[in-house]
Amino acid sequence: MISFSQVYKRYPGGHEALKNLSFTIAPGEMVFITGPTGAGKSTLLRLVAAIERPSSGSVVVSGQNIGKLRRSAVPFLRRNLGLIFQDHKLLYDRNVLANVILPLDIAGLPRAESMKRARAALDKVKLLGLEKANPISLSGGEQQRLCIARAIVNRPAIVLADEPTGNLDADYASKIMEMFKSFNQVGVTLLISTHDESLITRYSSRVLHLKQGELST
Amino acid sequence: MMNWLSQHRLALGLILGRFARAPFSSLLAMLVFGVTLSLPLGLYTLIENVKAVAGNVRLEPQITAFLSTGAEVGDARQVESRLKKLRAIKQFHFIPRDQALHELLQSTGLADVAAGLERNPLPDAFVIEPKSFNADELDTLRNELMKLPKVDKVLLDTAWAERLNAMLRLGRDIVLILAVLLGFALVVITSNTIRLQILSQREEIEISTLIGATDAFIRRPFLYHGALQGLGGGLAAWLIVSLGLQLLNVGITDLAKLYATQFRLLPLDANYNLSLLLFSSLLGWLGAFLAVGRHLSRTGPRA
Repeated sequence: MISFSQVYKRYPGGHEALKNLSFTIAPGEMVFITGPTGAGKSTLLRLVAAIERPSSGSVVVSGQNIGKLRRSAVPFLRRNLGLIFQDHKLLYDRNVLANVILPLDIAGLPRAESMKRARAALDKVKLLGLEKANPISLSGGEQQRLCIARAIVNRPAIVLADEPTGNLDADYASKIMEMFKSFNQVGVTLLISTHDESLITRYSSRVLHLKQGELST
Repeated sequence: MMNWLSQHRLALGLILGRFARAPFSSLLAMLVFGVTLSLPLGLYTLIENVKAVAGNVRLEPQITAFLSTGAEVGDARQVESRLKKLRAIKQFHFIPRDQALHELLQSTGLADVAAGLERNPLPDAFVIEPKSFNADELDTLRNELMKLPKVDKVLLDTAWAERLNAMLRLGRDIVLILAVLLGFALVVITSNTIRLQILSQREEIEISTLIGATDAFIRRPFLYHGALQGLGGGLAAWLIVSLGLQLLNVGITDLAKLYATQFRLLPLDANYNLSLLLFSSLLGWLGAFLAVGRHLSRTGPRA
């Protein structure tokens, strides 16, 4: 599903964010990426989402080589990905429901179908009562759940989460993790970055530990 | 197809909502567009009006041979028989001096002036249509006519028509240059308006791109924005020019009355207005296209 082979990522100025990274993630796997801040976790996720291209080596996602992916093909790769951001990246000029519908509008689904799916996604993250609310009025945890609803509404095969529990207290964080686990149980491949190692000891999932851009086991 | 339609409806709805939320600035942008466009449009309308007046004038060369005022009826007969023999002449007709005066009084309303005249100041005339329009042959013909007895003056009346035509052409060229320059300015203005709109929506664009929006999806609402702004600008220009004509016509009718004629400026016909709206929409669309294109060229996977 996702495969890195001898991947390097250098930024202008010479900073080397990833060094000689090679690993493969099978369909249906749930994988954690850990490591201290600046270890390259976010860079790794950005490569998978084709936000950046590798400097050398190959990143293959759903059979597509990110380094060689044409610009016009990027949107269609991303429609198969659910992206969850630490800063949520919600739109505050529209209500909760409209935020969740956005990916479906982009995919060009008929309105009636979009409404149904958006409600189902909000139900999964337990925000169904707040459709008409503005995201700005939601708590941090609710905003994170809204971000998750938007990521899964398109039924993506892969979900990428960058520090999804970064700003949440431990209780809330474990609830979010349970949610991810339930997605995984229906076959979604998950790649979750976190610096909070205590959170993941409960799960038997594979862990990729990054240290200064390199895999350390 | 349904999908395609709904995507366009979505973009259009988004833009109309944006206009509704900021009606004043949207109207202002359209007004700027309209004022700029009304300049070449107004000039063109004036030129078309002058052309319509000039259109009544025949552009084929016509030669008028005036007899001297002392010519008798017999002299005119003699000239007429000589003219029949000239092969360069296609046809001609005789205008007796009395008829000429009568027509002049009728068409200009100078009857009062004529009443004060002791005698008819006009000469007899032959209006001649030559076979060839060639300048050299016309000249030869003119010289031959000059040699006829009692012929006082020969006028080749194409010169002024050609001059008028040349001036109208020049006017149209000026309008064209003006339209091109101002059109360019409008594209730049729209491009800038749209650029600001893009900046204010940078977040939405970024997020949409991250969740799989194509360039076309991002571009579509802005293209509608530009085209609608252009359309509104075209309508504004049309309104401005129509109002301007109304205002000018008040003065012109008064002036025409003093000359005892009827003349008023007419607006361009519907086809022109339709092309104007199409043209202005296209300008707006182009401005938006350039602005979004520039923004999009900076997105995409970073190396």
